Amino acid sequence: MTRAAPAAAPVLARRRLTRTLGFVLLLVLVLVAVGASLFLGSRSIDLAAVVDALAGRGGDAVEQMVVLDLRVPRTVIGLVAGAALGLAGALMQGLTRNPLADPGLLGVNAGASLAVVVAISAFGVTAPSGYIWFAFAGAAIAAVLVYLVASGRNGPTPLSLTLAGAAVTAILTSLITLVLLRDLDTLGQYRFWSVGSLVARDVGTAGTLAPFLAVGAVVALLLGRSLNGLALGDDVARGLGQRVGLTRVLAGAAIIVLCGGATALAGPLVFVGLVVPHVARRFVGADYRWILLYSLPLGAILLVLADTVGRLIAAPSELEAGIVVAIIGAPVLIVLVRRNRAVIR
Amino acid sequence: MSAPAARPSSAPREQNLTDRQRLATVRRVGRTRHVVVTVALAVALVVLAVAALMLGDRIVSPADVIATLLGQGSGGDRFVVLGLRLPRLELALLVGASFGLAGAVFQSLLANPLASPDIIGISQGASAAAVGAILVLGWSGLAVSFAAFAGALLVAALITVLAARAGAVGSRFVLIGIALAFLAQALIGFLLTRADVRDAQSALVWLVGSIGTVQPRELVVTAVGAVILSLALAALAPRLRMLQLGDEAAAGLGVRVTRSRLLLTLVAVGFAALATAAAGPVAFVAFVSGPIARRLLGGSAAALVASALVGAVVVTGADLIAQHAIPGLQVPVGIVTSIIGAPVLLGLLATGNRSRGSA
Repeated sequence: MTRAAPAAAPVLARRRLTRTLGFVLLLVLVLVAVGASLFLGSRSIDLAAVVDALAGRGGDAVEQMVVLDLRVPRTVIGLVAGAALGLAGALMQGLTRNPLADPGLLGVNAGASLAVVVAISAFGVTAPSGYIWFAFAGAAIAAVLVYLVASGRNGPTPLSLTLAGAAVTAILTSLITLVLLRDLDTLGQYRFWSVGSLVARDVGTAGTLAPFLAVGAVVALLLGRSLNGLALGDDVARGLGQRVGLTRVLAGAAIIVLCGGATALAGPLVFVGLVVPHVARRFVGADYRWILLYSLPLGAILLVLADTVGRLIAAPSELEAGIVVAIIGAPVLIVLVRRNRAVIR
Repeated sequence: MSAPAARPSSAPREQNLTDRQRLATVRRVGRTRHVVVTVALAVALVVLAVAALMLGDRIVSPADVIATLLGQGSGGDRFVVLGLRLPRLELALLVGASFGLAGAVFQSLLANPLASPDIIGISQGASAAAVGAILVLGWSGLAVSFAAFAGALLVAALITVLAARAGAVGSRFVLIGIALAFLAQALIGFLLTRADVRDAQSALVWLVGSIGTVQPRELVVTAVGAVILSLALAALAPRLRMLQLGDEAAAGLGVRVTRSRLLLTLVAVGFAALATAAAGPVAFVAFVSGPIARRLLGGSAAALVASALVGAVVVTGADLIAQHAIPGLQVPVGIVTSIIGAPVLLGLLATGNRSRGSA
């Protein structure tokens, strides 16, 4: 602040105000999305009944069950997983300095998927709530492996992280396919998990993972300034007095926790982490402190909305959230990319 | 990754060298390395090819393989080598080289190691079309290949139209490709979850990429396509080298930037579509060939010939392993390419000269 020229100060203050207001607006939109997710569905339940069910006042037993046991859990999981994935995506793009990076690139999705395949195939786990720890552990192991391989002797560079992540992902995906080609029953179950969906997930697991996710989110949000330094290149960041290695380790750990947790909750949802930071950049430019902050609500909105839309367009059946995210997110990304040159560089 | 062979022997002498001489030395070392790497890759490819023709239920000796190729040899050898193994080998070579070239062109054109056809939607478009053809329409064989080719071209056309705008073709192209890749991926997920699980499994075999039975017609179509595309690429290669200097520099050198980028993109898409139609999206070959070739050559140039050779070596070697590693089980080649190709890339990353920066 002190270094800014006098004339620039009001501009900066105004920009900060705009950005804060924008963030508040996003929070309002999160509430709108939550409302839509609770009130809309293949079974039409009127507003009063939903409010009654939420407040614990009697009413129709079936409607109460639909709201409390179906809609509330998937809304909560959508909020948590969406916010975590959005944040992890922003971190990943800052860490690798690559606007094409997706948190799955660190091997998280493939690691979680392989662990779930093993859980189904070798241990006979059938309930999605049983996958959670397998998925979380698989994600963490894969990501640590990628990180160590990419580090070599001199620590990871954006390029080596990207290549190592893609390589490990390819190996793990091959192993998954190898199992699936020989085991029909596992394929039968795995394909529903792998498409990414908020249905039939256990809301209790969201509570179990919440502390991890919260710590990951706090660490991530504190890294904004360091990521701004990294964006200028390692040498400049060091010249600015930053500890580049420490930033990378912290960012990597936060990505593992956030993305691993989200994948354990909702399956491998790839697109959220990629598209959300681009939307955030559209509003706040290249400042990672704001990109990270905006990515939280944006991710939550995208996933909750995708889940709601999936329920409505295919009623009485439904379309998995992972599929709808791509249907909504892809055009959004295309429009953003076409509109704005600054998005990319 | 051996150290450059020729190097000025003593420090005083080095000081006496003029700039011009030093430049000449550097150039000579680079050229020598280029030749050594290319020859080594070619030799590896020949060894793998002979091995591919030798091995199987009936093992043919190397001498007999060569005799058979030259038009002699026993009837049994002729049937096994020329009738069964040679077509499969030829397809593996074509597919590998095509993927290698497609990846190398994309990566250097867009200056991004993530920009390979498996990432930017060409493969996914082909896959979605093929899976749709298998699961919804019940097609098989050559018809699926045509569907895949159409799918790849459709995605490429969509990307080109959506990314079209004066000037920038680079990252915008890749991002739009990624968006379309996810759409196609969602479609594949939708089809797989709605299909009968057995059909889903057979679609999975296609999705991972496999070189199984080869029909002569398919081989001819693929070969003709690859030759045409190679000629086009050879004509465009000088422009690719100039574009790597940056768009402004290339324009200064008289390259019509937008047009050249578009033409190069079309050629790369053609290679990817051709290979994917023939063998499915063989995982990782397009992604890995360019970085391996550049790491071997130790520069940041596109290294087209070396990339094609690396791609061919990877697919031929992987297919050899896929056929014979587990007796009685034919593993799809796409599984092996990742399991072999990825550690190779990781090894190069771990041992490579980091100071060079670009992989």
